[in-house]
Amino acid sequence: MGLEQKTGNMGIVTTKLEQVVNWSRTGSMWPILFGLACCAIEMMSAQAANNDMSRFGMELNRASPRQSDLMFVAGRVSRKMAPVVRRLYDQMPAPKWVIAIGDCASCGGVFNNYAILQGVDEIIPVDIYIGGCPPRPEAIIHGVLTLHDKVRQEKLKDWA
Amino acid sequence: MTDIREVSVEELRHLVSERALTGETMLLNMGPQHPSTHGVLRLLIELDGEIVVNIIPDIGFLHTGIEKTIETKTYEKSEVMTDRQDYLNPLGNNLVYCLAVEKLAELDVPERAQAIRVILAELTRLNSHLLWLGTSGLDLAAMSVFLYTMREREFIQDIFELVSGQRMMTTYFRPGGLWRDVPEGFEKAVRNFLAIMPRRIKEYDDILRFNEIFVDRTKGIGVISAEDCLAYGLSGPVIRACGIPHDLRKKQPYSGYEQYDFDVAVEEGGDVYARYRVRLKEMTQSLRIIEQALNRLPKGPVRSNNRKYVPPPRAEIGVSMEALIHHFKLWTEGFKPPVGHVYATTESPRGELGCYMESDGSSKPYRVHMVTPSFVNLQALPLMGRGLYIADLVAIIGSIDIVLGDADR
Repeated sequence: MGLEQKTGNMGIVTTKLEQVVNWSRTGSMWPILFGLACCAIEMMSAQAANNDMSRFGMELNRASPRQSDLMFVAGRVSRKMAPVVRRLYDQMPAPKWVIAIGDCASCGGVFNNYAILQGVDEIIPVDIYIGGCPPRPEAIIHGVLTLHDKVRQEKLKDWA
Repeated sequence: MTDIREVSVEELRHLVSERALTGETMLLNMGPQHPSTHGVLRLLIELDGEIVVNIIPDIGFLHTGIEKTIETKTYEKSEVMTDRQDYLNPLGNNLVYCLAVEKLAELDVPERAQAIRVILAELTRLNSHLLWLGTSGLDLAAMSVFLYTMREREFIQDIFELVSGQRMMTTYFRPGGLWRDVPEGFEKAVRNFLAIMPRRIKEYDDILRFNEIFVDRTKGIGVISAEDCLAYGLSGPVIRACGIPHDLRKKQPYSGYEQYDFDVAVEEGGDVYARYRVRLKEMTQSLRIIEQALNRLPKGPVRSNNRKYVPPPRAEIGVSMEALIHHFKLWTEGFKPPVGHVYATTESPRGELGCYMESDGSSKPYRVHMVTPSFVNLQALPLMGRGLYIADLVAIIGSIDIVLGDADR
């Protein structure tokens, strides 16, 4: 790639601010340590030995929302839990992203009743929806990579 | 959207002591988002310095309305709800639900189906105990054991996927038998698992038993006496860790458990460490049961031949008018068990899991109530935790092995 490589050897890289910020954001997205129901178990599988999500810079789950960038809503959100989810989301510093794992968090799933929110997007904005009941760890990783793609395309004027 | 209201600490004021109201002791809110509450459990803790004076569990953050939803679905369709209740014991929930329906409708279950049910139910128990072991270790800062147990869980989940096409929520057991027979590679996969597992269980034990921190933080912590266990109606590993050999697989055998030779894991002490020992022993016993069931796995059908309850085989539908009618009736209306009520109960990884079912003769259950071990065992938490440090509470919550989906339903 010509100039970039040459200047790179000299210790200088020219790039766009947007690109470098987006790249660094995808590199270490720390999820909040927060599981609701069944999908949290598959989320743990995705982070454990066999699927090892730390390959994508996500090995560190933060127990405090104030230190996290990404919220996995893993499981069904009941009406009693909804204000808590919203408060956790509000406590997260921007930029922040939300992935709804599984059918329940995406659209209510099999629970169309009085107790369960029909999708967590009723209370917080969701970036990526992952289908499945529960989704496989591979699907969760795919969702994360899709989010990375989305983050890479973010524009400077949208942050400012 | 209906109003969503936040529960405040103020509303729980009437539950705490006078000392908390004067400010002599501190009220601390733990959860529902907390790394060691194993789900969405909220605890209101009254603290005197670092010492726990009282614990008030606040549950319902995962209330799913499962029992009510079951009433609106036919018997066959509502089975998918039971998987998602105790999500670490999906096949065990299916089993207790199917046992209740079978008792209600007086359905027979073929021998082969019963043996496969036992194998899969025990695999589920191993699966649940493995996750418990990993997360309990994680709570007490023994990180590596979590990575090991999750590795072994994948073996079990692969077996579930092999038989049913789903890793967790299988809905593989159906009233009257199984969804279908197990595929060819099943026996090999299970034997492979049986071959590696005993060594791995020893490995976990070695990691934790010789870990000074783990032993210090579990021995003598969260002690509950046998009398209290009985008074509170606890069940499962919690009661067996107090020296009471209560196991429904022995006491009220179901699904052919009486044919298998296994020991009930019992420990003395009633502390967190004893519960850990009980669960490790149970894992070994589960392997024994699986091996015996696999060795004597009978040939034959896996579904009851009662066409009023169990759909006919696919091949028959093309050639038999009656089969087609039965199939159509079963999938449009569902079956109609006689009027009555039954209670079926099994030993889940957490304790006694019961299903009370009332039928009014229609194709939908009139009422289904799940008696869940997490809910019952959780009430002993204040008893175990009082007078200890708040850090010990983390170990105790882990040792009761609650699943909030099970407690809240």
